[in-house]
Amino acid sequence: MRILGLSIFVLAAGQLMAQHTYTPADIQEGGRLFRVNCVLCHGPEGDQVAGIDLGHARFRQAYSDNALVKIIQNGIAGTSMPPHNLQEFQTEIIIAYLRSIATSGRAVSGNGDAARGKAIFEGKGGCTACHRVGTNGSRVGPDLSDIGALRRTVEIERSLLEPNEEVLPQNRYYRAVTKQGETITGRLLNIDTFTVQMLDSKERLVSLQRSDLRESGFLADSPMPSYRNKLTAQELADVVTYLGSLKGL
Amino acid sequence: MTRRLPLSFILVAGSLAAQVSFDRLVNADKEPQNWLTYSGTMMSQRYTQLTQITPANVKNLELQWVFQARSLEKFEATPLVVDGIMYTVQAPNDVVALDPVTGRVFWSYSYAPSTDARPCCGRVNRGVAIAGDTLFMGTIDAHLIAVDAKNGRPLWNTTVAEAKAGYAITHAPLVIKDKVIVGVAGGEYGIRGFIAAYDVRTGKEVWRFNTIPGPGEAGHESWSGDSWKTGGASVWVTGSYDPALNLTYWGIGNAGPDYNGDKRQGDNLYSSAVVALDGDTGKLKWYYQFSPHDEFDYDAVQVPVLADITWQGQPRKTMLWANRNGFFYVLDRATGKFLLGKPFVEVNWANGFDEIGRPKRVPGKVPTPEGTVIFPGNQGGTNWYSPSFSPHTGLFYIPSWVNYSSVYIKAEEDFEEGKRFVGTSPRSVIGGAAAAGAKINTRREDEGYGAIRAIDPMTGDRKWEYKMNDVTDAGVMTTASDLLFSGGREGYFYALDARNGELLWKAAVGGGVASGPMSYAVNGRQYIAVSAGNALFVYALKQ
Repeated sequence: MRILGLSIFVLAAGQLMAQHTYTPADIQEGGRLFRVNCVLCHGPEGDQVAGIDLGHARFRQAYSDNALVKIIQNGIAGTSMPPHNLQEFQTEIIIAYLRSIATSGRAVSGNGDAARGKAIFEGKGGCTACHRVGTNGSRVGPDLSDIGALRRTVEIERSLLEPNEEVLPQNRYYRAVTKQGETITGRLLNIDTFTVQMLDSKERLVSLQRSDLRESGFLADSPMPSYRNKLTAQELADVVTYLGSLKGL
Repeated sequence: MTRRLPLSFILVAGSLAAQVSFDRLVNADKEPQNWLTYSGTMMSQRYTQLTQITPANVKNLELQWVFQARSLEKFEATPLVVDGIMYTVQAPNDVVALDPVTGRVFWSYSYAPSTDARPCCGRVNRGVAIAGDTLFMGTIDAHLIAVDAKNGRPLWNTTVAEAKAGYAITHAPLVIKDKVIVGVAGGEYGIRGFIAAYDVRTGKEVWRFNTIPGPGEAGHESWSGDSWKTGGASVWVTGSYDPALNLTYWGIGNAGPDYNGDKRQGDNLYSSAVVALDGDTGKLKWYYQFSPHDEFDYDAVQVPVLADITWQGQPRKTMLWANRNGFFYVLDRATGKFLLGKPFVEVNWANGFDEIGRPKRVPGKVPTPEGTVIFPGNQGGTNWYSPSFSPHTGLFYIPSWVNYSSVYIKAEEDFEEGKRFVGTSPRSVIGGAAAAGAKINTRREDEGYGAIRAIDPMTGDRKWEYKMNDVTDAGVMTTASDLLFSGGREGYFYALDARNGELLWKAAVGGGVASGPMSYAVNGRQYIAVSAGNALFVYALKQ
């Protein structure tokens, strides 16, 4: 049998989830699936629907993991919970990600002021040099216009303090050096055996022949600086609060 | 201007030329302007004697025409070219006759498969076979249909197996004498596989070989309990034939459920094996099982490549086989004797062979409820993609997945007819998403890469590698002028120097190549054809 995509397998009910172990990569993928499928209603903390806190296993009634898998796949009739076209394993890693929420805690920076955070983001913090919110800022780094709808404040805070802790694969920074010595850095958009497509640091869409390059590859470290000791605790709280308030269009 | 001939002569000549006798099929290498079987000849080397296109002039290839399929399904078919007419299959089951010079359609025959059809991995078809003036196509609802090559009219339609039980036919049939041979897919549905021969004139079954032996048959004891009834052992890639031995060779698919062998204790013959059958009777002459008690879905569904080579100083009839399980094999095709086995990619489930060629298993490398990392991964070191053997270079060329692994997990699963029966599923080592289908800029180095690997069959040693950024589903064709054509998922079709792997030419075809290239000639001009994306592309030298 060949596996050709995500939708190939339709599995019968399997083992109890507890028998599986999940790698950090599984949990990261579970988080991605959670953001794609769940956060619109449940919010990034999983606590946006009254009486339900997915990150702390609080439901309107008790469910086994296998029952949760079925609920995610089939929805709950008569409620706004719709069915989802996900494999069993995909639902399992969503649940594994939610478990990780419970152990990762909440943001430590406490309550801040979003308006002050916006001023820091656009001023002292220099964030718009790489990041865009709405129509303001660079497109080279991750667009943060809806970051508050996608990521938990603890995750936003971690990215500010420990930017190398989690870099999503699509946000890795790429560097190419031509045989003439020109260095091009930016976001990798596409790559094949012969060519590379990037959004470079000047926000130009560039397509390069790999045969014209002396070297190319992902940078080991994120170009995002750590704001530890660069912002006060209050300033950090303000920025986290501001970013958490960004819900997109 | 061509000389005018009396009309009656032309008609007679045309009629004679279109009759594809079995003698012509067996000697297909003598008429390299035609491509008469799925792999080019009964030896299945996917090697053309045509030499007009060479390493020196291949840079002058240009697109002649494109046939855009009215289908969004993967285009896995290899066309036939017979006396100036091309025949191919538009997925799922439309036969199309084309002018191979212009791409214009002469006729098409559209078969509507039953809604019961449930092929595991796409509503695909890999091509037709021809005998006389008749084309043969297997269908995804497990019928075998004969079609008049002149006008596309169906001549007979035989139900080979029940589609609603999960049976399908996706490979191009093979004609031997007056019989057309097919096997059944459905290894993920708990089928019991078989290969059967049908009378080319009537569609009546002549013989059947059960790929899982029944009670009283040799090999039945290799299945515990009733597991033989639902053990899979499907067939979904075309076999080969040696006329001197009158043996036909077929690769057999995985045992089912794929990833949990607990209830099918034993070697599970003839799953993940090659069988050599008498061409007249279907009786088993020999078998060699690559992956006994397979729990990794290592179907042995590769094209059996037959090669007459000098083996340790003696001429020998061999079979060359790069298996999905990561090993390259040389077998004696008269006896099935194991001559050589060597990894062509990373392998961690076995570490060599005993004297009769049984793999030595590595303890602990089995699917578990927690998951076990196995090299190669679920797609295999290679898969159904046609390899090629060039008698001119003496090298065997493998479309390979390098440094590729999966986490194998097993679970209980109960059989229900027509439903999937696999025993959970492997996953990528890098997280939930399978390598296939991931966005290209999110791929990571530890997902592995695609390559063409050239192997010396005498030693199993690698001579060169052509590395791609992404993995590949493309077959390989080589030429007597030492060219190698292939492609990959990135949507390039390219030519390499078969001697050293140097890239000589490439074309962007805008869709992944998931088929084997082929070559033909019309009026002295050589063409190269490949299906890619949802279209068939044909190239020739600029005039």
